[in-house]
Amino acid sequence: MINKKVANVQEALTGVEDNMTFMLGGFGLSGIPENAIAELVKLGVKGLTCISNNAGIDDFGLGLLLQKHQIKKMISSYVGENDEFEQQMLSGELDVELIPQGTLAERCRAAQAGFPAIYTPAGFGTEVAEGKETREFNGKMYVLEHAFQADFAFVKAWKGDDAGNLIFKGTARNFNPNMCGAAKITVAEVEELVPLGSLDPNQIHIPGIFVQRIFQGQTFEKRIEQRTVRKRS
Amino acid sequence: MLDKTGIAKRIAKEVKDGYYVNLGIGIPTLVANYVRNDIEVEFQSENGVLGMGPFPIEGEEDPDIINAGKQTITTLPGASFFDSAMSFSMIRGQHVDLTILGAMEVAENGDIANWKIPGRMVKGMGGAMDLVASAENIIVAMMHTNKRGESKLLKKCSLPLTGVGCVKKVVTNLAVLEVTKSGFKLLERAPGVTVENIKNATEGTLIIEGTIPEMTL
Repeated sequence: MINKKVANVQEALTGVEDNMTFMLGGFGLSGIPENAIAELVKLGVKGLTCISNNAGIDDFGLGLLLQKHQIKKMISSYVGENDEFEQQMLSGELDVELIPQGTLAERCRAAQAGFPAIYTPAGFGTEVAEGKETREFNGKMYVLEHAFQADFAFVKAWKGDDAGNLIFKGTARNFNPNMCGAAKITVAEVEELVPLGSLDPNQIHIPGIFVQRIFQGQTFEKRIEQRTVRKRS
Repeated sequence: MLDKTGIAKRIAKEVKDGYYVNLGIGIPTLVANYVRNDIEVEFQSENGVLGMGPFPIEGEEDPDIINAGKQTITTLPGASFFDSAMSFSMIRGQHVDLTILGAMEVAENGDIANWKIPGRMVKGMGGAMDLVASAENIIVAMMHTNKRGESKLLKKCSLPLTGVGCVKKVVTNLAVLEVTKSGFKLLERAPGVTVENIKNATEGTLIIEGTIPEMTL
């Protein structure tokens, strides 16, 4: 077994520097790498480019990095619910590239899978396709989108083992599996780091080969963005 | 004239047995409440779940189980979770049968604009561009006119596009319309609404053939 376990978040983030490009898993606040984000705030690295579907809320998720003005550019599909983000975007401090959600996922997956680019129908005929190569296949038009190039991918899983194998839970899975192995170094934080052999190989979502470092997260607040319920009838 | 619930009720009639359906945020979300319960339908949410159920009972919310609107939800027996790339494989790969979404503008050629108003804070397109670029069957749920009383069914969209030539049907508070090669074909009138009302509220080419029936809900 090739051991991917590191002692803590500090060790997991070794090598993180200013002006790097990061991928961060999560959809809204679900499945975000909370521990890595908290450590990035502590490290104070600046000039970051962050590839993440959303940008958190004012006081949680990537909003914490925005508060400290650590992010230079966001590449996302949807960035509502964040006043700090809006201010920095409107003032020109923050560069924002909005791309279709499926394109975001596939540009991660392409990087993971060794494809330099992919053709997608999403965005054809819209401003998203401006300046990009387009091509017709079987009578339909597609846009060429390039694989991301990132220094670190920070992902969050439910369970993992020392070999770096990962299992996700519910919709907290989202972009996390697609980002594993899509950057030079993939750092996985897990709610439960379990002994080797205790995960069923049939149930592994992401094999450890895609993960360079794994650690047991200290805290997972798992905040809910929109609490919707019904009454017990 | 229909209210938002009425629009959702009318669209629910378009949902057929065996359909996998993706519902957008807003009026489309309400559609799930009015689908006949003698048919089998599965709702997909692009953040990675197929087989969505109702909101959880108070106290049973799970931060790891949400929909694309970031709302806490439940799953039904037979549900599945998957990653974002696989979710959009379902969408772009045309495995999802029906997409229902809102819009700011629809053009008579099926173009749709629903993500950006120049000069205002832009939140992003989310999954909308993937959904409209691929779905075989796209129904738009929206009010016929905007808050200023201007038509949202146009000859040509004025706002930045989300997708081109993709909308098949539009259900508004006034009418059900099919997007055809020659314009918006009026299929049904909302209760109490005249053809004249619809003509006045539609800027795009409106095709009226024969008597237009009043819709039933």
